[in-house]
Amino acid sequence: MIQSAPFPSQTLLQVEELRTHFNTPRGVARAVDGVSFQIERGQTLAIVGESGCGKSMTALSLMGLVPEPAGYIENGRVLFDERDLLDLTWEQMRDIRGRDIAMIFQEPMTSLNPTFTIGTQLIEAIQIHGTANGEEARRRAEGMLAHVELQNPAQVMRQYPHELSGGMRQRVMIAIALANEPKLLIADEPTTALDVTVQAQILNLIRRLQRETGMSVLLITHDLGIVAEMADRVAVMYAGQIVETTSVRDLFHRPLHPYTQGLFASLPARARRGHDLATLEGVVPEAVAWPPACRFEPRCPFRWETCARVAPKFQPAEAPWPTRCHLYDPEIADRPMRGTPRSQQQVARDLETAAAAAHTTEVAS
Amino acid sequence: MLRYVLRRIAYAVPILVGVSLLTFFLFYAVYTPEQMARKNLSTKNPTPAQIEEWVKEHGYDKSRSEQFSKHMKELLLLRFGKSDATKQDIWERIRAGVGPSSYIASLIFVCSIITSISLALVAAYFRGTYLDLWITFLCVLMMSIVYMVYIIAGQYVFGKILKLSPLGGWRGGLDAARFVILPMIIGVIYGLGSTVRLYRTFMLDEMNQDYVRTARAKGIGERGVLLRHVLKNAAIPILTSSVAVIPSLLLGSLLLEQFFGIPGLGSLTVDAINSQDFAVVRAMVFLGTVLYIVGLILTDISYALVDPRVRLE
Repeated sequence: MIQSAPFPSQTLLQVEELRTHFNTPRGVARAVDGVSFQIERGQTLAIVGESGCGKSMTALSLMGLVPEPAGYIENGRVLFDERDLLDLTWEQMRDIRGRDIAMIFQEPMTSLNPTFTIGTQLIEAIQIHGTANGEEARRRAEGMLAHVELQNPAQVMRQYPHELSGGMRQRVMIAIALANEPKLLIADEPTTALDVTVQAQILNLIRRLQRETGMSVLLITHDLGIVAEMADRVAVMYAGQIVETTSVRDLFHRPLHPYTQGLFASLPARARRGHDLATLEGVVPEAVAWPPACRFEPRCPFRWETCARVAPKFQPAEAPWPTRCHLYDPEIADRPMRGTPRSQQQVARDLETAAAAAHTTEVAS
Repeated sequence: MLRYVLRRIAYAVPILVGVSLLTFFLFYAVYTPEQMARKNLSTKNPTPAQIEEWVKEHGYDKSRSEQFSKHMKELLLLRFGKSDATKQDIWERIRAGVGPSSYIASLIFVCSIITSISLALVAAYFRGTYLDLWITFLCVLMMSIVYMVYIIAGQYVFGKILKLSPLGGWRGGLDAARFVILPMIIGVIYGLGSTVRLYRTFMLDEMNQDYVRTARAKGIGERGVLLRHVLKNAAIPILTSSVAVIPSLLLGSLLLEQFFGIPGLGSLTVDAINSQDFAVVRAMVFLGTVLYIVGLILTDISYALVDPRVRLE
């Protein structure tokens, strides 16, 4: 696994304070609320979180495809190859989409146009950016299909999406995305809708293509197993914010944020065989009504009254990497304990104790 | 495909018999043979003997079941016979009327489709803006006005005041264009409101599909997305809602032909109903049914042509 980029100047994408809001009948939904991260060339960053926490909206914001007119980018900077994508016109952005930044989606079943052949859709992706035309575009399209390990590419070119399986369609989507050798591939839950065996094949394919082309990957997933396999760095997202970001190795070794710890505790682990899986109580709050201070506070097993009053810093002094939690902030005078990095087993025990305590209080009252 | 079409034709037979049966009984529920005789006899006060003779001559004195089986046999063999009112051969009359009728109706059809799709595309492209809102408003306004108002106002403004076109009438050949233009415009405008709104909905439904997001992610511009990806998919519901009427274009429009004095099949039908001419009514209803069934089969075939997911078997 690549530890970190050899040169710090090798940053391909730098997102700063990105805010994407939606006007809804019940008020402004702050779907993405001050998200910052960066991706080095050739690296993979995974954004993890539950559904509804703003992962997909972050990706669509980078592509300039936020659903209009309800959604809009409130502010922020998206530096891609030293250009701020948010300053570009729609036409300039159109040129970048599919050429420099490509995207694959969760639903391979519906993401292809049902009325055009695979060949037409693939050739279109090549021709739209003028990288090849006519017979050459066709040859390249067929080559791409072979490249994504589809059997009999000449036949697939003539087929319609409904004639292919889910896994094959996702391979076609990848072929379309990589047709112009993008510098960044955004993969939004690329394997969620697929069978487990097909999942592994698709992930291997993405990894192989990444190795061959040196592209960067922004992987959006809720599956920590996929993160461990694919990513170099990881950003944990909760309620529109990044709550913890570091290398995959550090995060898996000692997750710091209570939310991250909760995610790990809910994974099955060999050491805890025979025990019930820990669950995070509750659901992500709605984007129109984020909790005012710490957004995880209502679900946090370690919360105390300050958490509902003061918003935690993104990088408190005692945290070795950005962790949005008071437990690591020496300036919070009344914290009940100092946040200490814990193992998965410890975290699970803590959560169980906390849950038991909550249960007792409930019974007592 | 061929087997499918043959099966559909076989299904058509019971439908045709059913429709004819309904026409037969409905007509007799409203009119008695005596009334028909009174209406169609040339003398002002016919004697009972004359009436009886007319009824007998046209075979309306036999039992209902006997009449119906004869009637059905003739229709299925396409032997429509002679008009009760004018004694004219009905096929001859149809041959004379089909020209003007299909001329106007197909012009209206083609122009409507083109204008509706274009306006719906504009509305879909500018969705959510004031332009879209205005188009929707105009559509609702146009839908709310009765056909008669368009016809009478059109004749008044263009025929009487501006004198741009004749009030009505017909002449064959190149001259026909002069008589066609006003009914055509009115026919197009009348249907426009509802079809534009319908097609706009079809298109917006498609705009929300995942493949549109994929197309945008490829770097295709908004125009390409709309004209290529959305239009081809929206064409499927548009086809199904419009192909079915194509064969019926031969029969023309009842109201327009009547008001503009066009000697087509529409006015033939209206006249036949007014003069209680059962021979013509049953022939026109039968023809209409046949053409509509043909339209539905054509719809299915066109469906299979446009949508690769559809297989006819």
